[in-house]
Amino acid sequence: MTLESELSSVDPVEAKAEGLAREAGFDEDTSSQIAMVVREAVINAILHGNKKDPAKQVQVSYELNAEALRIKIADEGPGLDPDSVPDPLAPENILRSSGRGIFLMKAIMDEVHFHQLNPGTEIEMIKYRVKKELSA
Amino acid sequence: MSMTYTTRDVGGVTIVDLSGKITLGEGGVTLREEVRKLLGEGKKKIVLNLADVNYIDSSGLGELVSAYTAVKNGGGELKLLNLTSKVRDLLVITKLVTVFDVKDNEAAAVSSFA
Repeated sequence: MTLESELSSVDPVEAKAEGLAREAGFDEDTSSQIAMVVREAVINAILHGNKKDPAKQVQVSYELNAEALRIKIADEGPGLDPDSVPDPLAPENILRSSGRGIFLMKAIMDEVHFHQLNPGTEIEMIKYRVKKELSA
Repeated sequence: MSMTYTTRDVGGVTIVDLSGKITLGEGGVTLREEVRKLLGEGKKKIVLNLADVNYIDSSGLGELVSAYTAVKNGGGELKLLNLTSKVRDLLVITKLVTVFDVKDNEAAAVSSFA
């Protein structure tokens, strides 16, 4: 799915993610949370990645298999260093009005990976349909 | 659906009944404007009733924080009432539940103001 860099692109992606999450068997609250963090990632891609540049697009792909729901969102921006994002739980940051999006992605999904593209950043988010057994 | 709200006065406390979504470009700016308006009217005891807020994202959480900070800086107090499970979960995950005074009962929320 290819999106224009405008906020009207967000709702259809969120709806698609929620539908797939329900299809994967996640309960209503979990599906809503998955859809919400997909929304966060797409908004980040449009606002912070592509900076609403109409010449740039956002690519979204979904994969639902027996193991997991996997969603990838790629922008064409200057790149993102996820380690540079301040910890929103730190006392000095807790009252900031922004900066919680990536934290929520990591909290709600089982895995979040950042892949640097040339140009851009791809965020890969994975939610397992059955929790992986912890290895001994 | 975007956010709608009504305000009412209960014993000198302003209760803002919010309904819908608090997200980027939907409820967020509206909430910020309403809180500023209330402060401008000298209303400094504010309760945000979130019973009918069924959706919030990180921008919406940021708006709640902005509202809290604005009221505190204005010498007032802002409390949250009747969180839905979805909103409560996000406040717990982000530890904002430790920042806000959260009430589950309107009468208790009103009487909790000094």
